[in-house]
Amino acid sequence: MLLVDIVLPGLVLGGMYALIALGLTLQYGVARIMNLSYGESLVAAAFGAFSLYSGLGLSPLAALLLAVPVAMLLNWLLYRFLLERLMRRSKDRGAQEIDSILVTFGVLFVIQGAMLVAFGGQYYSYSYLSIPLTIMGSTLAVNRLVALLFAALVGGAVYLALTRTRIGTAVRAIAVDANAARLVGIDVAALSGLAFAFGGGLVAVGGVLVSMFLTFNAAMGVVFTMKALVVVIMGGVGNVMGALVAGLLLGVVETAVARLVDPGLTLAATYALFLGVLLIRPTGLFGRAVS
Amino acid sequence: MFLANRRTLLRVTGLMAAATVLGAFASTAEAQEKIRIGYAISKTGPYAGGAGITTLPNYELWVKDVNAAGGIKVGDKKLPIEVVEYDDRSSSEEAVKAIERLANQDKVDFILSPWGTGLNLAVGPTLNRLGYPHLAVTSVTDKAPELAKRWSNATFWLGTSAQISEALADLLGKLKSEGKIGPNIAMVSIADQFGIELSAAGRAAFKKHGFTLAYDKTYPMGTQDLQPLLKDAIAANPDAFIAFSYPPDTIALTEQAQLLKFNPKIFYVGVGTAFPLYKGKFAANSDGVMGIGGWNADSPQLKDYLARHKAATGKEPDRWASSITYASLQVLQQAIEKVGKLDRAAVAAEIRSGTFDTIIGKVKLKDGLLQDIWGVGQWQNGEFYAVAPASLPGARAPVVPKAQWQ
Repeated sequence: MLLVDIVLPGLVLGGMYALIALGLTLQYGVARIMNLSYGESLVAAAFGAFSLYSGLGLSPLAALLLAVPVAMLLNWLLYRFLLERLMRRSKDRGAQEIDSILVTFGVLFVIQGAMLVAFGGQYYSYSYLSIPLTIMGSTLAVNRLVALLFAALVGGAVYLALTRTRIGTAVRAIAVDANAARLVGIDVAALSGLAFAFGGGLVAVGGVLVSMFLTFNAAMGVVFTMKALVVVIMGGVGNVMGALVAGLLLGVVETAVARLVDPGLTLAATYALFLGVLLIRPTGLFGRAVS
Repeated sequence: MFLANRRTLLRVTGLMAAATVLGAFASTAEAQEKIRIGYAISKTGPYAGGAGITTLPNYELWVKDVNAAGGIKVGDKKLPIEVVEYDDRSSSEEAVKAIERLANQDKVDFILSPWGTGLNLAVGPTLNRLGYPHLAVTSVTDKAPELAKRWSNATFWLGTSAQISEALADLLGKLKSEGKIGPNIAMVSIADQFGIELSAAGRAAFKKHGFTLAYDKTYPMGTQDLQPLLKDAIAANPDAFIAFSYPPDTIALTEQAQLLKFNPKIFYVGVGTAFPLYKGKFAANSDGVMGIGGWNADSPQLKDYLARHKAATGKEPDRWASSITYASLQVLQQAIEKVGKLDRAAVAAEIRSGTFDTIIGKVKLKDGLLQDIWGVGQWQNGEFYAVAPASLPGARAPVVPKAQWQ
């Protein structure tokens, strides 16, 4: 059935888009760091998973247990020793964004350079869980389904954590107005650092999972940064549920256009949808009203 | 104080001027001790993947080989190579700027070409104006014969899109006449110059051989899911599946074809099929897959090259343009040695007119183009053998139909 054959693979593709955007929505929306090195961090995690798999035979899913804490620690250190000073120095949100863009632009080249030295420029690819699974007549790859599953689970968990816990509420308060949050006794610096580190952990989840089915190289980070940005902005900056919905929507639309219209128009469809959403809701699907 | 300072300043300036003059002498004296060879290559950006496997390792291997042998013989002296390297960041402007810099500031004796059709066409006019020989190895374009006429310094080594597509169509036509495949072809191609030229040439060539294109679509660069494309291609029930694709798509198409149990008699994918990565990833399933390129894997020179490449870079070369890249450098070296001095115009003329001994055999260019080009290769028992054009020495018989995916 054509409809199932569009919706299911579309959701699976969209799950990947959501997965690679979740970390950015926390880092950009909550910690207010427009992290241009986002895609590079993602590719670094992919390289980590690849090395563990090809060197030690460690499954990428097991590698997550190692990659996520390491990524969180690295991101926390990055925030603590580099970004926090900037955040404190800049007066308003606009200045903070510009400063964070400049700094993470530099970080981008550091990460990329390190990967080039370690792995060179060529392509890497390995197969894990590349097993066909037929659901309602539509064949899907298990590794992509796993990515969708993780996107849903992680997205849901982060959403609940942000809306149902005390820390989550504090983090959202910072996202709305850091100065006001400080006035009610929230430790803005510590919690922003936590949110940034957590976002970094999510990047690692994305990188490890997409490495199971995408071919990657050290130069590919920008592709992921761009896609993540589209998803985050479309979903509403800082909104985890928005990123999830926007990612899935993009996946379904791309697949539908590829099957029903022409595969050559998928990129055009992506940007048409992006522009369409922004025209109707300038702050994104789930974004706050402009204040 | 001021006077003393001024005096010191004058003295320092004078010393510096003297040092510069001496330095200039020193460097002209030094220039005869070495051959300075420069290149700008994509170490970052979207072309880094291709440059990192096909071009850069061969530049490094060649420099290492030449220097280990004492250098290039110029007159009665052997001059070792000194390398000046830049990153063109996969950008045409950067590549052109780097070439200008190599010529005007670094004053290198020779410039090696960047990776890829786009960048080679971008730096072509500049290299021509500056008078450097241009070995445009990794460029596939139907404009090559015309460009070679316009740029007397330039040579093209991978054939034209039409040549590659015709080799494939000839092979398929022969298989059809033998009754091994039917007339249905599904073709997909990447929407950039490479894909557009090859698919346009393919369309014409397939038609000439009596094939029907049951499915013919392009897809944009960076497409992360090729399953929708493949499903419609499967629905067309083709005898041959042809993809003019780039490495990430080549890998993804093969993987998805296995998942979807798509077993056409011919499975042909584009750039990346000839990479060691492909064999490494798909192992036994790579057997029978056809792709662009190929080499005469039985040749002792190439076997030796494979071993040296592996020892020097830790990786196997790709089975299409790697060996030709290395051979082009051997041609450059022999041309310099035959001319006997660092005269760029004479070297460029010699490259075009001379005959050279290389790892891919005797090389003699015609009108600035390497003529004997492999169009189609096939993985057979872990090696990517050239199968078309069948008229070239060393061509293997293709295995058709491809065995089912395991």
